[in-house]
Amino acid sequence: MTIDLDGLALPGPTITAVTAPFWQAAALGKLIIQRCGDCRSYVFYPRALCPRCWSSRLGWVEASGRGTLKSYSRIHKPGHPAWEPAAPYIVGLVELEESPTMLSFIHAAENIAIGDCLELSPTRFGGRTLPAFRKTTD
Amino acid sequence: MRSLRRKAAIAGIGELKPQRRTSGRTTLDMIAEVSRLAVMDAGLEPGAIDGLLVGPQVGETPQHVPATVAEYLGLKPTMANVVDLGGASGAGMVWRAAAAVAAGMCEAVLCVLANTREDVPARSTNRNPIREFDVPFGASGANVSYALLMQAHMAIYGSTAEDFARIAVWARANAQVNPDAIFHGRPATLDDVLASPMIASPLHLLEIVMPVAGGDALVIVSADRAKSLRGQPVYVLGGGEKVTHRAVSQAPSLTSGPLKPAMARALDQAGLPAAEMDLLSLYDCYTIMVATTIEDLGLCAPGQFGQWVRDHDLGFTGDRPVNTHGGQLGFGQPDLAGGMTHIVEAVRQLRGSAHGRQIRNPRYALATGNGATMSEATALVLGAA
Repeated sequence: MTIDLDGLALPGPTITAVTAPFWQAAALGKLIIQRCGDCRSYVFYPRALCPRCWSSRLGWVEASGRGTLKSYSRIHKPGHPAWEPAAPYIVGLVELEESPTMLSFIHAAENIAIGDCLELSPTRFGGRTLPAFRKTTD
Repeated sequence: MRSLRRKAAIAGIGELKPQRRTSGRTTLDMIAEVSRLAVMDAGLEPGAIDGLLVGPQVGETPQHVPATVAEYLGLKPTMANVVDLGGASGAGMVWRAAAAVAAGMCEAVLCVLANTREDVPARSTNRNPIREFDVPFGASGANVSYALLMQAHMAIYGSTAEDFARIAVWARANAQVNPDAIFHGRPATLDDVLASPMIASPLHLLEIVMPVAGGDALVIVSADRAKSLRGQPVYVLGGGEKVTHRAVSQAPSLTSGPLKPAMARALDQAGLPAAEMDLLSLYDCYTIMVATTIEDLGLCAPGQFGQWVRDHDLGFTGDRPVNTHGGQLGFGQPDLAGGMTHIVEAVRQLRGSAHGRQIRNPRYALATGNGATMSEATALVLGAA
């Protein structure tokens, strides 16, 4: 399937001051997440305080980009009409190697299954680069 | 007259220095900052907070505000509400918090109100995290979240499309004895469900509620007052609530939900086991929701709902009546009132006024509610007079 995802007019992220570094890194093809300077937890999505210990000493670290597919769905009827030309496409829950889970776009592959190893695959969607994932190729 | 007198105390306070303008802040940031002050002042750990009262967040989070705030703060409260009383919200929060503590619903309630004054107004009127981190990847709406939950259940436990479809078939079957149901006169077979369009795999169209217009209402009075009224009362025997997250990516589990502790608390307050419930009025936005609830209620082992459904008759004359009004899958989902239809039906059954579908001499009913991504849960045990 060769849908021009970059050419679609899609709703982009609603960036805030706290989350801006994440999206700046995403634009460069990198995945960064927060890490608590006190309890050392990794945090995703970005917050003003650590959801575990409420410390505000949150720093940014680059994630390995490796993860595991926790669940997925092939979307035939998108909730947002702008995505209709891309349907069916796959959305999945990616458990990052660092432990937080993020939702992302998963590039279609043969025999996709829960438990699959995934890797970061920065992809252009509607004029911006987002941290999508694909099955790891070894 | 019962009162709140000395039932609860204010143990911590927090306050931010007023600013004419904020820059680059969100309401969630401000809530986090002031909450920390109050919880530290109380000498509590964040994890000790099990109640949460918040105000509306106009322009940032249109719905699911308590779950959004709880998720942001890493809280998992057993009582969560929006108090929307304008300048009276603060005091309104305090007595509600005290009442919840006095009722044993929670022990430590965070009451928090905060706002920003940004120079540049937000570009979007909806700036909560789910809008920022789910929607850009093609995940809009509830279907995706429940499809992810269902797929996980199938992968982990080997449950099948037929197992889930059978729940929708039962809902349609029960709707045939409720003339008000949107699908009255339109039963569905297993094949109908499985042949209906795939919306978000593995969810078929007929496993998803039909949105309808409608409404439900209830009046609650004291038990004393109930005795003097002409209607036959149905008593509240127990209640439970639990909120664990907002976005499906933040779910502590994909195969068990917050209804598990909420139902356990409601049954514990009632002093009754699940087996004593004559009606299970289970929130059913999707078939996966009923499946998980059956398992979380302990009616069968985790992963075994499919066999349980095959082993039981869920109709009003059956051994295990479930959603005798058709559930929302058969009755229709009048938006937020959809969850109340399960309570209204339970009251009808316990009053003996469920004409044409009356369970024989029911004494107890369990009614559940569910919100967002299997993340906001409420449970009630109701008893006949």
